Amino acid sequence: MSLLELKNVYKIYGDLHALDDVSLKVEKGEWVSIMGPSGSGKSTMMNIIGCMDKPSKGEVLLDGVDISKESKKNLTTIRRDKIGLIFQQFHLVNYLTALENVMLAQYYHSMPDEKEALEALERVGLADRAKHLPSQLSGGEQQRVCVARALINYPEIILADEPTGNLDEANEEIVVDLFHKLHTEGTTLIVVTHDPEVAEVAQRTLVLRSGKLSKEVVNENFTGKIHFDS
Amino acid sequence: MKKRKMFLRMIFASLLRRRSRMIVALLSVAIGATILSGLVSIYYDVPRQMGAQFRNYGANMIFTASGDELELAAVNNAAALIPDEEKVGVAPYRYENVRVRDIPVVAAGTDPEGAKATSPYWSVDGNWFTGAGEMMVGANVAESFRIKTGDMLEVTYTPMTDDSAADADNVSYFTVTGILQTGGSEENYIYMTLDDMSALTYESDRVDLAELSISAGAEELSGYADKINAADDVHASLVKRVTASEATVLTKLQALVLLVTIVVLALTMICVATTMTAVVAERRKEIGLRKAIGASDRSIIREFMGEGMLLGLFGGIVGSVLGFVFAEQVSVNVFGSSLIFRPLLVPITVIASIAVTGISSLMPIKSATEVDPALVLKGE
Repeated sequence: MSLLELKNVYKIYGDLHALDDVSLKVEKGEWVSIMGPSGSGKSTMMNIIGCMDKPSKGEVLLDGVDISKESKKNLTTIRRDKIGLIFQQFHLVNYLTALENVMLAQYYHSMPDEKEALEALERVGLADRAKHLPSQLSGGEQQRVCVARALINYPEIILADEPTGNLDEANEEIVVDLFHKLHTEGTTLIVVTHDPEVAEVAQRTLVLRSGKLSKEVVNENFTGKIHFDS
Repeated sequence: MKKRKMFLRMIFASLLRRRSRMIVALLSVAIGATILSGLVSIYYDVPRQMGAQFRNYGANMIFTASGDELELAAVNNAAALIPDEEKVGVAPYRYENVRVRDIPVVAAGTDPEGAKATSPYWSVDGNWFTGAGEMMVGANVAESFRIKTGDMLEVTYTPMTDDSAADADNVSYFTVTGILQTGGSEENYIYMTLDDMSALTYESDRVDLAELSISAGAEELSGYADKINAADDVHASLVKRVTASEATVLTKLQALVLLVTIVVLALTMICVATTMTAVVAERRKEIGLRKAIGASDRSIIREFMGEGMLLGLFGGIVGSVLGFVFAEQVSVNVFGSSLIFRPLLVPITVIASIAVTGISSLMPIKSATEVDPALVLKGE
């Protein structure tokens, strides 16, 4: 059984088909990129997989459960227990320190554990910045805090929406390296991006165009390491 | 770490690390709590303050004989039934017909200190009589007899008995210490101490009535009168024109203060609700994020309500202190006397402030739970 399976999924807004009969499978431990131009339906798909929206038609099976039929309340629980979210804009709570931002995810999931949260920051190389507020961190550091927050509850899937969109090359490399580390540890990664260099690092790239899956590319030379053209 | 500890850490961080924004919210709560606490202080202190003002209008209780005669001892016993701290003054009066320069005049024997306290509006040109051989003369009497301060007056009393042998005139001499002006019938009398009156009339303990000035509300006064009347030595009655108008003014004043308090409460609620709406609007992304990482609607409500109530707590503490200062200023400037500090008002203000903040935060917090994380977290 696949960890995630979309079966003939549609998302329709009036006359617009944001997702149009999309079907795909993601296996446990896989690293998949979703690429596509603006308006191709990437964000809509991310919201549906991330349990923040429901499809108009079709089934979305996450760990065997059809989340397209679940209530809003149950979707919150599933999201909390199974999904770790990483955003392009980082979305850290600006009045909480890096450590407290990581503990926030623990707080909603189960029980805050300062030691464990500090270890998560250590994994992303930010143990010494634990007491800093987001405004005192660089963009790359903020994204690493976001990664630490996403992985703190050991989610089934880490879902990243343009995780390197606001980062320079050096920080992009650090974040991709972190993804590689997580993948090696068995975490399933779904990365939505429009950056081909980041997309190509994954084992498989799905290309969306006008709400349809137009292409699927398997990376035969998968290393999990980013290679910049320049 | 316990969840509760993290909860407190979050709401304290929100208030302390977002100082510039939260200070506006805190100010609105604190100003509301200040005015609320101040007005409630005034509301409870108005009866005491107004009571003191009303004592300037004269006695509000009169003792007369319940039987044939009223004795000074009975007046003192009855007056002892009223708490000392509420008793402004007791003035027993005994009236007798005397003659001055062979013309009949009414003489009143009283306790000058008591009369001063029960009739603070009396105006004396000169000084009050204080002891033996001293007299105060009503303005009308002074004018008729061309008497002025410092004059020596011969006062003659003729006992009215059947025994002609005992009908011999008794004569006393008095120095006029002052001329009394009241604008009323009091200007037709001459005043001396009860001891001088007794010496002049050979009677020691009889009085005709006693005027009392008591700092208490209409209901308390009625209670005292009933208690005194039950003892049956003295008949106590209330001076209705004073007690009734005091009660009317008090009721109206308290109703006014209550109305203003309710208006202030309503304005505070609107103010806090507006502030909380702004806080929620400003933090839509944060709410969306919290929901995205698994916060339930209940958690969001708890956190925002926690912040609101903490604001209410801080605002209430600041408000109860400033409220007392505000009420004290009003009291000193309007009534000319200090306010009594009521410690119970501090917890009441704090609880009211928390409740008002909580209630006015309900609508904005409800809208916080309607935030759609997918919409607010959409990448740019």
